[in-house]
Amino acid sequence: MSRQRLQTMAPERGRAGYGFVAPALFIILVFFFLPLTGALLLGFTDFDIYALGDLAYLRFIGIDNYTRLARDPLFWKALRNTLVFVVSAGPLTVLPALGLALLLHARLTRFKGFFRTALFLPVVTTLVAVAVVWRYLYHPQYGPMAAALSVFGVEPIDWLGDPHWALPAIILMAVWKNFGYSMVVFLAGLHAIPGQLYEAARIDGANAWQQFRHVTLPLLAPTTLFVAVLTLVGYLQLFAEPYVMTQGGPSQSTLSVVLLMYEEGFRWWNMGYAAAVAFLLFGIIVAGGVVLRRMQRRWLP
Amino acid sequence: MSAPRKMLETLGIHLLLVAAVCLTIFPLAWMAMASVMPAGEASAYPMSWLPSTLSLEHYRALFSRLEVVRYIMNSALIAGAVTLISLVVNSMAGYAFAKLSFPGRERVFRGLVATLVVPGQVTMLPLFMLLKYLGLINSYWGVIVPGMASVFGIFLFRQYALSIPDSLLDAARIDGAGEWRIYRSIVLPLCKPILLTLAVFTFMGTWNDFMWPLVVLTDSRLHTLPVALANLSGEHVQDTELMMAGALLTVLPVIVLYALLQRYYIEGIMVGSIKG
Repeated sequence: MSRQRLQTMAPERGRAGYGFVAPALFIILVFFFLPLTGALLLGFTDFDIYALGDLAYLRFIGIDNYTRLARDPLFWKALRNTLVFVVSAGPLTVLPALGLALLLHARLTRFKGFFRTALFLPVVTTLVAVAVVWRYLYHPQYGPMAAALSVFGVEPIDWLGDPHWALPAIILMAVWKNFGYSMVVFLAGLHAIPGQLYEAARIDGANAWQQFRHVTLPLLAPTTLFVAVLTLVGYLQLFAEPYVMTQGGPSQSTLSVVLLMYEEGFRWWNMGYAAAVAFLLFGIIVAGGVVLRRMQRRWLP
Repeated sequence: MSAPRKMLETLGIHLLLVAAVCLTIFPLAWMAMASVMPAGEASAYPMSWLPSTLSLEHYRALFSRLEVVRYIMNSALIAGAVTLISLVVNSMAGYAFAKLSFPGRERVFRGLVATLVVPGQVTMLPLFMLLKYLGLINSYWGVIVPGMASVFGIFLFRQYALSIPDSLLDAARIDGAGEWRIYRSIVLPLCKPILLTLAVFTFMGTWNDFMWPLVVLTDSRLHTLPVALANLSGEHVQDTELMMAGALLTVLPVIVLYALLQRYYIEGIMVGSIKG
């Protein structure tokens, strides 16, 4: 009887379901899907500061923004910097994170909670604040970095003022800020590997390296893919570090794609052009995710 | 493994970990030290690692002359509002996607999850125009409104709500409880851990956010702490100690929050990552 009553109530529950998702869907529709569609269209217009004042100045210009981008040396510079940043900061973040997660997971390790908390600390800090701090760490005369390197007899380097060193300096800071996140995700992946597998491997005579190579690594593959995608997506959006530390300089050596988009869109109000930059970034992110997935399939069947 | 070798290995592991912790903590420790140095001491040669005397002048300057209280209040207000509103909106939707069947539910949910790959910058320009049209640019609401619902929050809450037994909800229905009452008095109390996780995530994320408040809040009186700090660092490049004090005030609230609720924070990362 009760089951029957519940079933007659089902349509009513369906209506309740719509009611419960309505606020979220409304907000996401208006403040995400509408702008998303808008962004696609915006990329095909010459929306600028005049159009911002009066829409009568708006013109559709087809793919002109994209062809202009292809000829814009500043865009290629920004793209190159961003890709250099991603392919160097990415592995430099993920590999130490894996190493530290293995150390934290080892049976012999004590004070695990303390070490994990301390190593994770940079992740929760405010990016702008630590970028300000690192700017002083890198000071060529007074900075601790210069003091530490002088111990090894290294001449002072003008980290953020030298076009050759500015991007590496930002890479180092990003690694410091972000490795803790990947480390914790790896730790979760390591916890999920059943202990019996290691026991079985030991009984079969596998040494520590063989256990790592043939048990840990393959079982950690999904976690690794997740970490890699997350790092890639995050690093392609590089913005606040160069904005605060170098403003994209010196001589555009730290100009990133998102910084270019910000400058074009919100500084010069070339919003049509900036939207094209944003959409290209989106395309690169999707392509990067697909490439990573393919790589994982090939190397870890 | 022989005993000496085991000892050696233990020693090696801990040495490596201690070295990593020292490198990790150093920039934050230096920030704290420099923030209490007398003016000019952090930019003297040769550099000093410890303050000669404990000087609070920079904090005093920030609070009296540079109106840091205003920025702290702005940040707290915006982060608090986003957290409260999004918690209600996301938990309602997450619960419905987990437990209330309605036509098209799975398709809508999959559509929402697919949007997670779109980076925030893509929608930023049209969103700015939309908010300008709505008159919300240069107001707290301009920062709050886009954060009022999030697919990630809905996803996280749904995963947790899936574990609520249907029999419990059905029993309440037979007793005559309405759907809203069930959500309020059964679902929310049961989902307290994930609500805390979401709260920490949202609050910290909003507090630390930079690009969107930078774009929306043009009036400096409305600036959040990170935006104000970035501006300040442009005007006071030479005042190392003052900037370190400002940076410390900016990160202190999130570090304290993390220290108090880190179990929930780490939990969120684990849940978010296991879905694969």
